Amino acid sequence: MNLSKKWLSDYISLNVTDKEFADGMTLSGSKVEGFEKEGSELKNIVVGKVEQLERHPDSDHLWVCQINIGEENNIQIVTGAQNLKEGDFVPVALHKSVVHGGQKITKGKLRGVESNGMLCSVAELGLTVNDFPYAIEDGIFVLGDDCDLTLGKDICEAIGLDDVVTEFEITSNRADCMCVTGLAREAAATFGCELNIKSSEVKTIDEDVNDYLTVSIENPDKCYRYCGAIVKNVRIKPSPRWLRERLRASGVRPINNIVDITNYVMLEFGQPMHAFDLRYLKGGKVIVRNARNDETITTLDDVERKLDESMLVIADAESPVAVAGIMGGEFSSIMDDTTTIVFESACFNGSSIRRTAKALGMRTEASSRYEKELSPESCMTILQRALELVNILDAGDVLSGIVDCYVNKAKKSVVKFEPDWVNNFIGINVSAEKQKEMLEKIGFTVENGEITAPYFRNDIEHKADIAEEIARFYGFHNIENRPLSGVANAKLTPIQQFTKNIDFACRSCGLDEISTFSFISPKGYDKIRLDKDSEKRNSVVILNPLGEDTSVMRTTPMISMMEILSKNFKSRNESVSLYEISTEYISNGLEELPDENQKICIGMFSSEYNFFVIKGIVEEILGVAGASDYDIEAVTDNSSMHPGRTAKFFKGDKEIALFGEVHPEVQKNFGISTKVYYAEIDLNNLFEISEINKQYKPLPKFPAMTRDLAFVCENKIPVLNLEKTIKKAIGPNLEEITLFDVYTGEQIAEGMKSVAFNLKLRSPERTLTDEEADCALKKAIDALGKLGIELRS
Amino acid sequence: MKNQLEKISSDASSLIESIQNKAELDAAKVKFLGKKGELTSVLKQMGKLSAEERPVIGQMANEVRNYIEKMISDAETKIKAAEMKKKLEKETLDITMPGTPRKIGHKHPLSIVLDEVKDIFLGMGFDIASGPEVEWDYYNFEALNMAPDHPARDTQDTFYITEKMLLRTQTSPVQIRVMEKQKPPVRIISPGRVYRSDAVDATHSPLFHQIEGLVVDKNITMGDLKGTLEMFAKKLYGENTKIRLRPHHFPFTEPSCEIDVSCFRCGGQGCPMCKGEGFIEILGGGMVHPKVLATCGIDPEIYSGFAFGLGLERLVMFKFNIDDMRLLYDNDVRFLEQF
Repeated sequence: MNLSKKWLSDYISLNVTDKEFADGMTLSGSKVEGFEKEGSELKNIVVGKVEQLERHPDSDHLWVCQINIGEENNIQIVTGAQNLKEGDFVPVALHKSVVHGGQKITKGKLRGVESNGMLCSVAELGLTVNDFPYAIEDGIFVLGDDCDLTLGKDICEAIGLDDVVTEFEITSNRADCMCVTGLAREAAATFGCELNIKSSEVKTIDEDVNDYLTVSIENPDKCYRYCGAIVKNVRIKPSPRWLRERLRASGVRPINNIVDITNYVMLEFGQPMHAFDLRYLKGGKVIVRNARNDETITTLDDVERKLDESMLVIADAESPVAVAGIMGGEFSSIMDDTTTIVFESACFNGSSIRRTAKALGMRTEASSRYEKELSPESCMTILQRALELVNILDAGDVLSGIVDCYVNKAKKSVVKFEPDWVNNFIGINVSAEKQKEMLEKIGFTVENGEITAPYFRNDIEHKADIAEEIARFYGFHNIENRPLSGVANAKLTPIQQFTKNIDFACRSCGLDEISTFSFISPKGYDKIRLDKDSEKRNSVVILNPLGEDTSVMRTTPMISMMEILSKNFKSRNESVSLYEISTEYISNGLEELPDENQKICIGMFSSEYNFFVIKGIVEEILGVAGASDYDIEAVTDNSSMHPGRTAKFFKGDKEIALFGEVHPEVQKNFGISTKVYYAEIDLNNLFEISEINKQYKPLPKFPAMTRDLAFVCENKIPVLNLEKTIKKAIGPNLEEITLFDVYTGEQIAEGMKSVAFNLKLRSPERTLTDEEADCALKKAIDALGKLGIELRS
Repeated sequence: MKNQLEKISSDASSLIESIQNKAELDAAKVKFLGKKGELTSVLKQMGKLSAEERPVIGQMANEVRNYIEKMISDAETKIKAAEMKKKLEKETLDITMPGTPRKIGHKHPLSIVLDEVKDIFLGMGFDIASGPEVEWDYYNFEALNMAPDHPARDTQDTFYITEKMLLRTQTSPVQIRVMEKQKPPVRIISPGRVYRSDAVDATHSPLFHQIEGLVVDKNITMGDLKGTLEMFAKKLYGENTKIRLRPHHFPFTEPSCEIDVSCFRCGGQGCPMCKGEGFIEILGGGMVHPKVLATCGIDPEIYSGFAFGLGLERLVMFKFNIDDMRLLYDNDVRFLEQF
């Protein structure tokens, strides 16, 4: 909402600077985005008169002008424009001036003739021919008698390009502030000055509107009130400068007097208006009704619209002439040959307007105002103001009377006056008397312990709303700050603390944290080679996504991780190791919310990584989590992963982690030509098996004995089997068993491998003897021997 | 004999002083103190001495032995020190050569700031709550006083799953979920992901993070809101930070406000970061609308509350001077490893 300072001064007289005005309004609730003096970019441009006009001696299109700028000597300017004659008044950009767009003008020579500046067109002043209808587009702006023609006068003052425009951001609950009078009311309350809104006086001719027009409303739920008036002998012409100026300052293009009047009144009072050509209103009837399912209308923007019965239209005796409150029909619009018009000032149900505008895909200035639910109370005031302007602009002859069809009276909003409650709620101490005064200043009435909101305030329904009114004029900044009292007894929950520890463990393992989008392209499922009938393809689907690539909620974090690895690979980052504690969204159909599961997702590539690096990282994280005694199993059937280099950790029926090398095809699908390692740890399952209450074990009192043992077994036997057998055979005195070598090759038979362990033996009770150690080793050798696994000789 | 001893003493003295290494020192030890050494051979002649002379010479011989032993041990210390010095000199490194990396991962900038915010609020007694990202329209809008046709819905372009299910556009639905379950006093923050149908550019993203705050108790006033947020701002940006409240509109708070903090770069003087304003908008908030309390089964005649929300990305971009939000989600390690 752009507010013209000149216009505002019709209603209040303020004695503050533009900056003070902006700050004051912001602090009382009308947020100012900025303010600007019109024409402030123009420098050193003045009114001049063409005293003499001669052909350039050396050119067939240039003119040499002698311009009088009110100084002793005329100045000489060369121009290429062809629309000048002697005696014209023109804008003169002098030596060292600036025109619209920041272009600097200095003196120079044009084909050998001195030129001391430039004569300007409307565009060079930042204007259009709509602002000055008598000007031409491609020529010098010859000033008319609606400008101040004092020679040497600053051009901005001379043509009225000197308003200050303040831009407001008005919140959706305050439709009443989307107009000049509304902001004037707020400003009057903010700065403590009088608000003067005069009622309109209309001069009419001796003919009755009722002889020409009837109005009926068939759907009072959607149209509360419809006021119509008629203007005969319409004299379509440009509006006067003062009106054009105000429209321009408000960001509205001047068109002609009738259209300008409807726009002017809308900007002044906030309610849209419409004008029809009476010729095309069959039967002189306005019927506000639901559209019929087969009806269409071609709107002013030249688009044919299909209507249905949910939409409200303004119809004549036969067919719709406007989509109510949104846009008029092309057929009945004001033309140059229009002689008699109907002015409409009506009020419609906001939700209905909103739904229709959405369904038709046409959100207009009118609809965006109506959908905020305006009050029918002002329809008459607004129509009278429009008619007054018809008088003032001599735009036609107003018929006497107004057809007023008011079928759905506005309800008054009444709230109890509870000044103490307000004081306690806000934390202030303002007397009842003062509160009453503050409310009255903005149009409320306070009587018999009750507050009645003014008709234009549709946002008042609760005493908290009253508290806000008091608070904002008291000044939020004047409310005393009070830190919260009471004991601060917050603490992370066990799972929050657990997650924090895991998060730290991930970084300790050298992984960088990432943050990825939760939505993905469903094509991602193909890229990670999910089976066509995989449950994981059953995503939560967004009905109105921005694009295909963000159209479904991920059921696995793998795709996001691979995308990020891919981006890094393409950026030639050589060593990348990443993690994210990410959410996956598992659909439960459309009637239940999906499950949102947290996964620790790890992805990495580098020439130095292999399966055992990621296995080690996962083991470290599980260690920090306090997970122990979990089992491992090879995973050969995960289509995203390498069938021979993937495993899972599990405990009982809970899968805790999946990890390994990403399937080469998947790497390729993401454009990565190096091995990628990936892991997924289920945070909740890990939390459930974690043992947080760790207990201290005494440090060993007796020395350990270490022994190395190497066995030869078949290649396919997992090392873990040997380890488990040895542990079981020796029992509790085996403190630690560490694999230190696996060898195939010379001296080992084909299909066999040598596996070497380091064993650490210790008793908590005494120092073990060599004999005891040898005995323990023998047990291990015998146990493996029974499985056909021999000690390497 | 006395002369012999004196000679041994002075010979040893001059020899040991000139010795530079352990081997020569050992040889000298044998030469003077060994079983066949000079001192021993002198002592062997003790028998020839008179009873009066014997103790005198004996004492002298001991003195000479102690003297030589001390000479040798001093020399030994000196030689060891010299050897050590030599060894250390040899071992001297070019300490300007690079350290061997022990890589520790980097926290994402969003997490760095979020953790800081969480710590501040935990310290002020706020628990951390969470709620679903795929949410019912009821929690995201209706219970927050935004009926289906409410114009404020326009400002939050929503991703829908069904007519009733959507991606939450704000963290505010967590307020409702918490109040439904927990009777006052309530003091929580709830950080999380939110979604709005905004195309990606330098300052917009269809996914971003908010941090919601909610306090409900008896006698909570707008003064508490101001006091709490001022304390937060001071802890986040320093003791000299000021806050400024501007009236605003949110359907679920009344009165509502936007909250600016004095620019932490220029301290309120005006600089490019705050666009000359001296203040930066980081928060929205207000008193919880009594209708919202009632919807959650909390009697607004007994309890009142305040709520606030802030955008995490905005804080992060200000803190690290990041000019393009896309960097946060591109996750290039060259970016991540700067933090």
